[in-house]
Amino acid sequence: MSQSISDIQNEIIEEFSMLDGDMEMTIGYIMELGDQLPAMDESSKTEDNIVKGCQSKVWLNATQMNDGIHFEADSNTAITKGLVSLLVRILNGRKAEEIVDADFFFIDKIGLNRFIGTQRSNGLGAMMKQMKIYGLAFSAKTAGN
Amino acid sequence: MANTLVASDLDIQKIRGEFPILHQEVNGKPLVYFDNAATNQKPKRVIDAITKHYEKDNANIHRGIHTLAERSTTAFEETRKLVAEFINAPETEEVIFTKGTSESINLVASSFGRKFIVAGDEVLISAMEHHSNIVPWQMICEEKGAILKVMPIDENGDIILDDALQLISDKTKIVAFNHASNSLGTVNPVKALTKAAHEQGAKVLIDGAQATSHLNVDVQDLGVDFYVFSAHKMYGPTGLGILWGKRSLLEKMPPYQGGGEMIKDVSFDKTTYNDIPYKFEAGTPGIANVVAFKEAIHFINEYGKENIAAHENALLAYGTSELEKIQGLRIFGKAKEKVSVISFEVEGIHHFDLGMWMDAKGVAVRTGHHCTQPLMDFYGIEGTTRASFSVYNTIEEIDVFITALKDIIKKFR
Repeated sequence: MSQSISDIQNEIIEEFSMLDGDMEMTIGYIMELGDQLPAMDESSKTEDNIVKGCQSKVWLNATQMNDGIHFEADSNTAITKGLVSLLVRILNGRKAEEIVDADFFFIDKIGLNRFIGTQRSNGLGAMMKQMKIYGLAFSAKTAGN
Repeated sequence: MANTLVASDLDIQKIRGEFPILHQEVNGKPLVYFDNAATNQKPKRVIDAITKHYEKDNANIHRGIHTLAERSTTAFEETRKLVAEFINAPETEEVIFTKGTSESINLVASSFGRKFIVAGDEVLISAMEHHSNIVPWQMICEEKGAILKVMPIDENGDIILDDALQLISDKTKIVAFNHASNSLGTVNPVKALTKAAHEQGAKVLIDGAQATSHLNVDVQDLGVDFYVFSAHKMYGPTGLGILWGKRSLLEKMPPYQGGGEMIKDVSFDKTTYNDIPYKFEAGTPGIANVVAFKEAIHFINEYGKENIAAHENALLAYGTSELEKIQGLRIFGKAKEKVSVISFEVEGIHHFDLGMWMDAKGVAVRTGHHCTQPLMDFYGIEGTTRASFSVYNTIEEIDVFITALKDIIKKFR
């Protein structure tokens, strides 16, 4: 993979900077990104794969492949799905250690703090944590082998 | 419809002038605040009263002999007197200050429950209760081996009275339900249920959190035993609740918490408790909040509850009729009598997305289960979007909200 986790985050920051901080345009763009997220296999939408926020539901599944960890995800809300797609875009195909160490600085830079914040209203914070837990689990497995 | 638009004599623009918070932009749009059922905004006189208390009068109340302590105590007790008048309580001492409606209910469930509820007794609540009026009763029922029963509601969100009356028996110790529902707006038949409960020897607690700023509350006319509510849903400060109860019951109930203020004499062998209301007010209370709450009641009294209700009813009628015109929109709560709360869902749009879009357009609404999960289960939904109106809201704001809603719906279709 040519781009680093930081490179992709900088790319996202640049994309969002064109929206000029306009909240309607930001939400509209996030929803568009969600539409582009590859569909998650219905069989992967199990109870075990649910990352639960207070108001929106996220399904997240991870598979270890030769080139790194691959995530598939979906949400029952359009905005959260868009946010998930950003995390998937940043972390897909990364090695377990990279995922564990990832610092999501883009969230602050594009003004999405409120989507994590102290509100339990969506699963973004829980989702980032779950992705790192997958990273940890896979790195432990690799170490065990 | 048109005649409901000019239902009150209030000068709403003048009233809006009293609320500094309303005059701001959110996300670049003029703020439309439709989350009043969660908490409503505070007029400047309430905010000023808090500042004045800390700038001029602050001292701990009741035992100080100096001038500031005297001023502070007088102001504090004046509010108690005004609250008693506001709900037509027979005695000022029957008004107890708590942290909020939730604490008031917890106090009664715990203290009344410890004294009066035994194994096999029944506690009766309704299907549209806030978690605050469910969980404290579940806890005491579990502790005592009592049984929690639930009065059913119909599709419109009205209690099914015949079924409810059937559930009241000589086993029922207390019937606890809301005067008005926070999720549906339903105004419940307090008098009919209270009469039936009393015939069976049961006591009645009413959760008035959503009612006190909209409805006339006369605890003697209602005939109930306990009436609880929060200052912050009636233009007052957060962190202050009221428990009104009949003296005869409050005197028999054991203290809820121990500490300063609630005692008469303390030794390591035995403590004797103070009289009501102090028996239930352990520790230093939120003095400034209590003092400022007086101004919130003055605000309501000055404009008149009937005028406020008339204006809010006009907003409710207009908002409901405009929402009903939107295809694929379903309103939850079509009770015969409602306070100004409209819960709804739009086909194909999750309430979280709808709420976020509304916020981006400057409109504050609440989304989710509104702390009434069993009620959401009844309707088979996860949550709703809720718009709730207060005296400072306008027909024009509803138009902004409806236009925003139509625009959002287009994005999803």
